[in-house]
Amino acid sequence: MLEKLNNIEFTPFLLSFKLALLTTVILFVTTMPLAWYLSQTRSRLKPLWEAITAMPIVLPPSVLGFYILIALSHNSPIGIFFKENFDIELLFSFAGLVVASCLYSLPFMVQPLQSGFESIDKSMLEASYIAGKGQIETILRVALPNIKPAVMTATIVTFAHTVGEFGVVLMVGGSIPNETKVASVAIYDMVEVMDYSTAHIYSAIMLIMSFVILLSVYIFNHKESRKMGGYHK
Amino acid sequence: MIEIDIYKKLHGSSGDMELRVKLDIRDHEFVALTGHSGSGKSTLLRIIAGLEKAEGSLRVDGIPWLDTHVNLPTQKREIGFVFQEYALFPNMSVEDNLLFVVKDRELATKLLDMTELNDLKDRMPNSLSGGQKQRVALCRAMMSRPKLLLLDEPLSALDPRMRNKLQVEILTLHREFGTTTIMVSHDPSEIYKLSNHAIELHHGEVVRYGNSREILMHSQGSQKFSFEGEILEIKKADVIYVAIISIGQQIVEVVITKEEADRFVVGDIVTVGTKAFAPTINRR
Repeated sequence: MLEKLNNIEFTPFLLSFKLALLTTVILFVTTMPLAWYLSQTRSRLKPLWEAITAMPIVLPPSVLGFYILIALSHNSPIGIFFKENFDIELLFSFAGLVVASCLYSLPFMVQPLQSGFESIDKSMLEASYIAGKGQIETILRVALPNIKPAVMTATIVTFAHTVGEFGVVLMVGGSIPNETKVASVAIYDMVEVMDYSTAHIYSAIMLIMSFVILLSVYIFNHKESRKMGGYHK
Repeated sequence: MIEIDIYKKLHGSSGDMELRVKLDIRDHEFVALTGHSGSGKSTLLRIIAGLEKAEGSLRVDGIPWLDTHVNLPTQKREIGFVFQEYALFPNMSVEDNLLFVVKDRELATKLLDMTELNDLKDRMPNSLSGGQKQRVALCRAMMSRPKLLLLDEPLSALDPRMRNKLQVEILTLHREFGTTTIMVSHDPSEIYKLSNHAIELHHGEVVRYGNSREILMHSQGSQKFSFEGEILEIKKADVIYVAIISIGQQIVEVVITKEEADRFVVGDIVTVGTKAFAPTINRR
């Protein structure tokens, strides 16, 4: 057993974390305007945008994976665009995984941010506009600092969800060592070749990490909700 | 000079209503905006602030803030606004709330001194009392040295003692900074103490506009004193009729004739007055 532990390959975990970190950062920056728009709009189209945003939650990962596979293939406009402009092959590559993960984890970023923005007292935002500040400055200096628990939930859950994805990754990325073989896929591979002891170790690591991540989110949010108030400096 | 001539369709809780207001307000005046809830007071204030859209025109010192071609964004209107529920930024200290508007430490210190808040400048808003919060909000509204100060029922959430204190401070700031001030208020004594003009709105229309004292003293007929109230019940007691009327926080019984009992229905808003007797007032 000890020998097994010493020889264990950690690359799948590193890949998982690299993927999750990139996905989280990209989604946080790019979906912020969408979450803000959804929280502020009174447009009749709002339910439509919300439904589209929530799709990845209910779609089977294989369905999502299948469409991404079609959309990113080297015959598709997107595939051709990336190949010609950046010389990037999107299928069965790490870059493709990032694109797929961003789509797959989109609602986990947008929804907490949106409900966070919605929970802000409207007159507080108006006070910022009256103080002469535009929307961007209002988001950065007034909205975001007052919804820290929502930001925390959005980023951590997106991160954890990306680490935990399996179906989409397998369909879009396959299982290429050092490129697309992330932890969840590695466990699947181990089970397939009946290497249960390695599968055990991988699974235990995933289990403990997921628990620690979720626990820290809840501890943070619990503290944050009690903190507001008291002295500033 | 503020020239208001605006129109807006409102979909309120009491059905659709048209807000139609045309009036001029001279510089440095303190105007009270009064009327029943749902009469369009807050909406009018928010239209002036640019927080809500409307048709028509709005000119301040000859500069169009709103007309068919222009709708100056809130950020560009030189206003201070105080909300009923404070609307402070909970993530910033008292002083930072003020400095968020303009980085003018000198003015912030002056304002905090005027409102006796200097000792609290490093505190976070959530650790303050309601009265303290509203004073911070008032200071914050003055930080941009606004031409126009808009107050949306700023004191209605406060207890009477704190109200009095803030009334004095609002008046001091209004004079010190030479602003034109429009304040939504329900409280006659507040309107009397603070404002020189009053506007009464009813169902979106200006029903009275003029000297506040005259408007407050205004009563129908030659009654020496009268109160407005709502009929809660009309009942027959032996040979007479009695109307139960709610006036402010009080419930009173008034004997009425049969004709009156036929004429009034429950829910009518009526004035209860007398001219025959000299009323007495006693200290409680």
